[in-house]
Amino acid sequence: MAEVACRKVVKEYDAGVQAVKGIDLDIADHEFVVLVGPSGCGKSTTLRMIAGLEEVTSGEIWIDGDVVNDVPPRDRDIAMVFQNYALYPHMSVFDNMAFGLKLRKFPKHEISRRVDEAARILDITPLLDRKPRALSGGQRQRVAMGRAIVRNPKVFLFDEPLSNLDAKLRVQMRTEIKKVHQTVRTTTVYVTHDQVEAMTLADRVVVMNGGNIEQVGAPQELYHHPATRFVAGFIGSPAMNFLPCRVQDGANGGLAVRVTDSITLPIPPNRVDRYGKFKDRSMVLGLRPEHLFEYHEQAKPGWTRVDLPVDVVEPMGMETMVHFFVDGVPVCARVDPATHAEPNEILPLTADLNQMHLMEPETGRVV
Amino acid sequence: MADGTSVPIDVIAPARVRARRNTMQRFAQRRSTTGFLLCLPLILLIAAFVIYPAFYAIYLSMLNKKMTAFVGLGNFQFLLKRHTFQLVIFQSCLFAVTSVVLKAVIGFILAHLMHNIPGKNQRIWRGLLLVPWVIPLALSTLTWWWMFDPSYSAFNWVLNQFGIANVPWLGVGWTARFCTIAVNVWYGTPFFMIMYLAALKSVPEQLYEAAAIDGANTIQKLFFVTLPMMRNIIAITVLFSLIVTFADFDIVRILTAGGPQDMTHVFATYAFQIGIQSGDIPLGAADSLFMFPILAFAAFFVLRGVTRRTKEIAA
Repeated sequence: MAEVACRKVVKEYDAGVQAVKGIDLDIADHEFVVLVGPSGCGKSTTLRMIAGLEEVTSGEIWIDGDVVNDVPPRDRDIAMVFQNYALYPHMSVFDNMAFGLKLRKFPKHEISRRVDEAARILDITPLLDRKPRALSGGQRQRVAMGRAIVRNPKVFLFDEPLSNLDAKLRVQMRTEIKKVHQTVRTTTVYVTHDQVEAMTLADRVVVMNGGNIEQVGAPQELYHHPATRFVAGFIGSPAMNFLPCRVQDGANGGLAVRVTDSITLPIPPNRVDRYGKFKDRSMVLGLRPEHLFEYHEQAKPGWTRVDLPVDVVEPMGMETMVHFFVDGVPVCARVDPATHAEPNEILPLTADLNQMHLMEPETGRVV
Repeated sequence: MADGTSVPIDVIAPARVRARRNTMQRFAQRRSTTGFLLCLPLILLIAAFVIYPAFYAIYLSMLNKKMTAFVGLGNFQFLLKRHTFQLVIFQSCLFAVTSVVLKAVIGFILAHLMHNIPGKNQRIWRGLLLVPWVIPLALSTLTWWWMFDPSYSAFNWVLNQFGIANVPWLGVGWTARFCTIAVNVWYGTPFFMIMYLAALKSVPEQLYEAAAIDGANTIQKLFFVTLPMMRNIIAITVLFSLIVTFADFDIVRILTAGGPQDMTHVFATYAFQIGIQSGDIPLGAADSLFMFPILAFAAFFVLRGVTRRTKEIAA
């Protein structure tokens, strides 16, 4: 077990394309860190550089207090789980898991002890004699994890390990991975493009975009205090609503955001200081669907009524998503399933402005 | 008719006809029937040009020289007792096995080198290295024959430059054997290279990455990932090449015509010599039939292994 660190790590490909543009990242011992971002954001490249499968163009990668830039993967004492499992098809499950130990010349009894132990943790003991071909996707995933566990490495690396599984199995394996980490406590770096996976698994989430780190933080922190518009839009499902707006004087000496001619929302008094300096400027208002819900007679402080014409209604069972257009911009609200909403009718809603975010349109920075 | 007592004429008979037609239609519609019909032209071709000649050869091999009397296994017994034929068996096996092993090993090494040449250059080299396999064998063997010429050849000229005396390449038994094998290897290696290159390209890169992380060095990756993943293609190419090399005729015929002292004869050239040139067709047929059990035995085991491993690897 060990800490991992990236210092100004750059990855540049032959054509001068920078996949990773100088990132700094510190991962503590025992920590579960998830790198998340859209395709091509550099998250997998970063992971592969930590693994030693990609050369680092510049910068340093540290594992357990040593710079490992020039250390080959086999000497880094890491284990990796691949998206398509990368099990050796000609070896049995046991041999797949034991391979790393055999190469490191572990004694036979130690190998079988460790494999049995890992198989027990992952509940794959009855499968040890089978070939990967005879396993289901979920079982292969477990074997791939078993191969990592038996090595008892300093760091676990996961490269989108659940992407090839169906939705139901993905949720189940997510829990398994979390459970395994709680048992073995190995420092883990996990790459995914699925923000739900990132939120549920991580101690800390690293949101990447275009080769840069957008924000690093605990899942709740990213959700409540996104640093940029990208993070605000990436974390949370359905995604946050973004509306162009203008900050202006409101009632009683306060401030308000004017979204359209008919929609002006008062800014809660405790935020007036924060947003004061943006008066008379064009900004972007961010409000999550869960903070735009059915109208309540007893409004709490910061709640404001908004009436919008319904476009589409999506009942989900425990909640109903209602879609609107505000000046051509799509907006989604998450309402109680008991709410009556019909397309083309006006639906009264509550906007919880205590949860609002205000962003600069040019930089995307949340202010 | 409306009272229901009279039966219209021809009501029963057409029903029977219809039933028969239905049976025919069903027969034609069955997938296996269609498959059989589609294969029929090929089956007829094979029957005419493979099965019939094979049985005819067996029949021929049991006749006397004038093809007037049935002698049973007499020709086979006669051949086995002859010293020349014992040489032929030895040389055929030596020629085939050594050639195939060398072709496989060199092809494997070349495929690896090729695999590591980046991008466009790889195509150029691949094309160049395929040349020996594309030139008609008889022509290229003639060229080799010139190069092996004892007095005016390229090889001896090079040796002379280093002050080494001329080597009678095709004139001495073991050197001649070596030359036939060398030409066969030169000709057949590109086939192995291209097959192994295709196989190498089909091994998922992630298996190597997984092995690298598991702690394998280059040699271990070769033995634990590359070779197991290529076992099938290796088995099939070796078997295929073994069959072709055992039956090889051109190289030996052109380079040495079986000499010196029959030391380079293989089954095919010897069969040609005794069957066509000496006019003993039954004996020639018996000679060429000796290849069959050897190859059938090899094919059985190789293909059995291939089937087993295919089931294992196909995910």
